[in-house]
Amino acid sequence: MKFITSNFVRCAVKSCDGTEGSFPLNFQDCKLQLEEQEFNEEFIISMLERLDWSALVKVASQLGNNAIPPQKPSLDDINEVLLKDLHSLLLETQIIEGKMICDNCQHVYYIKDGIASFLLPPHLAK
Amino acid sequence: MKDYIIFLAQSHPQFRKAELESLADLYNIKADFSQHNKEHPFLVVQLENDEEAYNLIDRAILSRGIYELWGHGVTIDELHENVQKNMGKYIDKYIEDTTFKFENLTFQGGKKSREEQIKMYERFAYLAFKGKIKMKNPDEVFTILENYSLGKDLFPLEHPNHLWFGRQINISARSRGVVEKYDIKKRPYFGTTSFDAELSLLTGNIGQVKKNELIYDPFVGTGSFLVTAAEFGGITIGSDIEFLTLKGKGPKRRLKDNFDYYKKPLQFTDVLCMDFTNNAFRNNLKFGSIICDPPYGVREGVKVCGTTDDKLGRENIVIDGELAYLRRDYIQPKKTYSLDLLLDDLLEFSSERLDIGSRLCFWMPVANDEDIPTLIPQHKDFELIYELVQDFHKWSRRLLVYVKRGEGFNGVTVKSDDREGTNNFRDRYFHKFSEKSKVVK
Ligand SMILES: C[S@@+](CC[C@H](N)C(=O)[O-])C[C@H]1O[C@@H](n2cnc3c(N)ncnc32)[C@H](O)[C@@H]1O
Ligand SMILES: [Zn+2]
Repeated sequence: MKFITSNFVRCAVKSCDGTEGSFPLNFQDCKLQLEEQEFNEEFIISMLERLDWSALVKVASQLGNNAIPPQKPSLDDINEVLLKDLHSLLLETQIIEGKMICDNCQHVYYIKDGIASFLLPPHLAK
Repeated sequence: MKDYIIFLAQSHPQFRKAELESLADLYNIKADFSQHNKEHPFLVVQLENDEEAYNLIDRAILSRGIYELWGHGVTIDELHENVQKNMGKYIDKYIEDTTFKFENLTFQGGKKSREEQIKMYERFAYLAFKGKIKMKNPDEVFTILENYSLGKDLFPLEHPNHLWFGRQINISARSRGVVEKYDIKKRPYFGTTSFDAELSLLTGNIGQVKKNELIYDPFVGTGSFLVTAAEFGGITIGSDIEFLTLKGKGPKRRLKDNFDYYKKPLQFTDVLCMDFTNNAFRNNLKFGSIICDPPYGVREGVKVCGTTDDKLGRENIVIDGELAYLRRDYIQPKKTYSLDLLLDDLLEFSSERLDIGSRLCFWMPVANDEDIPTLIPQHKDFELIYELVQDFHKWSRRLLVYVKRGEGFNGVTVKSDDREGTNNFRDRYFHKFSEKSKVVK
């Protein structure tokens, strides 16, 4: 699972929909791996508009990265250093193993062999 | 407005017009394709300028090339008369240092010898180009297009029944070899569900995959639609209920490796294991297009998370002091679901996640059974713009294409209750086999 995906997913349980604890998920016990990718400024800028910034900051800090500015930088004052940091965090950082916990219902999702699983047990599936 | 001629591929002709219309719409080109004829791979269209012509064909899969049309005729003499009449309009620019070459493309024509070709090209001497002939990368390519009919013996007749002459504006992605490039067998990872390269590229065009937009395949399998969407610049993401499919066939044989192989690693975002009907994408994540082929249930039925019995208490099972369903190695049970309900879910989900004007495109199997009307799922926020049929021996499938419309559209709704019984593909597919075998006995 690429780090960026953590910004797209919430708890899959229907009754958690819209609750504060269900997004972002709480990332715990994660094993990370860096996979180099070519830097592409246009690409990373186009990604920025899709991001939920506060979720990004939160998950980054759960994974031990506290260097992300708390406010989303505007496109005018974004510099190359920050873009490269974001590139490395969002696209090069892979979560190989770990848990994603919903702070609303406490359900635990796993990342196994680099793939995040959101399958639900029968009592939580609709 | 100027006349251009498109040389179409004689492949899936029933999809060609939809592709051209979709690409025209994508690039904001106003064009009338009503002269399109499925039997015939040549189509004259009027466009504003060369740039429009270039864009229209650039990523096309079912077209070969587009040419500024200088003249045409039903015989070679008539062609020359017509070109001589029109050439004044076009020629000025090409008198000076422009390097050029001629080429001849035919539909169903036999091979010409080099001498025959040169003779053909020399008859255009009246164009009096002053630039040099250059075979590799000339500034301009002038093309003689010919359409031949076949005789009773199925060999081409001696003379073409129509000829066109024009200046090449662009050749298509197909002519540049993209269909072979994405051939399933060349990929590091593919499987039994992998979707034909030509048609998955086509789906990307009809689905209007756009550069740097997020493209979602909810039933991603081996990822055929995503690798081809990446070719068009889409940023792709997929999900599937089968963990093992997503895991691939070993190191360097995962879906991700296909993107590396095609040198588009950034275009691959991720694949997630999820049951589409219990979706984990946050509500306000929007997609540029949603393209897929939902599970048909011929080999494996449609599955969702859950059990059919309602035995209580399973959620209380504890293993080694931990709730079983919270353990890493817990296997979520799955139960059968109906394709009809899944399609309702797909339309509802898409209506929430697509912006106005964006497209949902998917393939839906239908048995070839004439007595039973086949109802296509519909949603009030979507306009069903195409329903394109591909016929196989015992069954057919349709490419359904929907556009998300805004407030006040209020389209037709056709839900699973209305379709009950008519779409049970699995039953009808096997039913056909048993009937056949009865006849053989
Ligand atoms: C026809 S295949 C798609 C194949 C894919 N286009 C490819 O190129 O390999 C349908 C896929 O849907 C998956 N599927 C079935 N039920 C599902 C569900 N409820 N949610 C997500 N995926 C599901 C199956 O595991 C299968 O991989
Ligand atoms: Zn939850």
